[in-house]
Amino acid sequence: MIRVQNLVKTFGDFTAVKNISFEVAQGEIFAFLGPNGAGKTTTIKMLTTLLHPTSGTIELDGLNPALQAKEARRRFGIVFQDPSLDGEQTAYENMDLHGILYHVPRKQRAERTEHLLKLFELWDRKDSYVKTFSGGMKRRLEIARGFLHTPKILFLDEPTLGLDPQSRNQLWTHVKHLNETEKTTVFLTTHYMDEADRVAHRIAIMDHGTIITQGSSAELKQQTSTDSLEEAFLALTGATLRDENANSSDQLRQMARMFNR
Amino acid sequence: MGAIYILWLRELKRYVRSRVQVVASLGQPCLYLLALGFGLGPVFQQAGRGSYLQFVAPGIIGMTVLFSSIFSGMAMLWDRQFGFLKETLVAPVSRLQIMAGRTLGAATVAMIQGTLILIICLIAGFRPHSWLAIPVAFIFILMIAIVFSALGTAFGSVLKDMQGFQIIMNFLVLPIFFLSGALYPLTNLPKVMTVLTHIDPLTYGVDGLRGTLIGHWQFTPALDLAVLSAIALVFLCGGAWLFSKIEA
Repeated sequence: MIRVQNLVKTFGDFTAVKNISFEVAQGEIFAFLGPNGAGKTTTIKMLTTLLHPTSGTIELDGLNPALQAKEARRRFGIVFQDPSLDGEQTAYENMDLHGILYHVPRKQRAERTEHLLKLFELWDRKDSYVKTFSGGMKRRLEIARGFLHTPKILFLDEPTLGLDPQSRNQLWTHVKHLNETEKTTVFLTTHYMDEADRVAHRIAIMDHGTIITQGSSAELKQQTSTDSLEEAFLALTGATLRDENANSSDQLRQMARMFNR
Repeated sequence: MGAIYILWLRELKRYVRSRVQVVASLGQPCLYLLALGFGLGPVFQQAGRGSYLQFVAPGIIGMTVLFSSIFSGMAMLWDRQFGFLKETLVAPVSRLQIMAGRTLGAATVAMIQGTLILIICLIAGFRPHSWLAIPVAFIFILMIAIVFSALGTAFGSVLKDMQGFQIIMNFLVLPIFFLSGALYPLTNLPKVMTVLTHIDPLTYGVDGLRGTLIGHWQFTPALDLAVLSAIALVFLCGGAWLFSKIEA
């Protein structure tokens, strides 16, 4: 479903992604793990047509997202690391807008919106403005929205960041359920090793722009002779802290918090 | 078409739902209208130019449309910040449609703002030389709205943070307003001012408004419309091109 070969992305003289290759099969849940600044988000942006690769090839369901962007976009859904909802519109309006942008026919749009909002337990709040939602509700709505156009692939970039254990648990239950019922391939990144351990069929660990290793959780533990994925992760990536420079969007994000939106 | 419509509708909904902002954004033009209209009135009258309120009202309408369209266009900065922009950028819709929907939405909002100010002007005592002039004036309101919404979208595509917004405000939007002839007649100006006012796109919009509303033309209606259309075309193409270059 996803095939990546020798993918490279450079920003000026900094190489964010260094020659990575991997494959994700249809219906698989694939976790991408790595410390901050490892290049996970850059990789997702390239997979989802938001950034152009410097070199290397990407194939999504047989399509090249760089050349056939529109066709590729119809086939995937994405939940970004930062929220991407419109706070000034209601949950239902956000779903509807998404459905129109993705050319979902009116009848199907209404049916799926109702189905997904009920599944994610947001149906009774469908007419509330999204800005009044809690972090967990916003995330659920975003994931529901990602499934609206029945994508073949769903990208989840740190979907559980800042959520309480209840919300996280419920969220992964739904994602797993939809992965099984709709055969959606799921590509996720997370910092919570227990989540990756629980939901992912296969895991790739990325650090400093390269994929260090990939395999099932059991294989990774075996490879590092550790008992938990967390230990395996630390054994592979080391214990040093990664500091990223704040960029202008981080600063804006802080300002946005001040405005409390 | 669906995408253009839904994004246009979104801009409109945002406007209608933020009532506080609607009132707040009308405050500044009202202040200009009342403080300048009545404050400079006597001086203008003594210079033998007639009623300043009559003269300045079309300029204030032009200003309102200018500010409103640039701000709506640049509201993209917020959408970039709050992430909604990305939702539209990964959708299987061409960038041109997204840009068109947003720009038309911004232009519509600006036209509503212009209409509200026109009503306030009428309440304050402004009288067009003929009531039939009002529908014609809307052609110019529309042109101003499109020109500057496109410009706003162009800047919204390029700028990444709010500092840039301040710079645009101080070095572009305010000069466009002050050099447009919205506040003073363009006759007998120093040479430099004449040149500057003539390269300001808003000059032609304000002239069109003033001409249709009170019959006071600096240029001709045909020239105003031709210049505005040409600039609208350039800004729309430029905005679309810059918008297509956004990488999230």
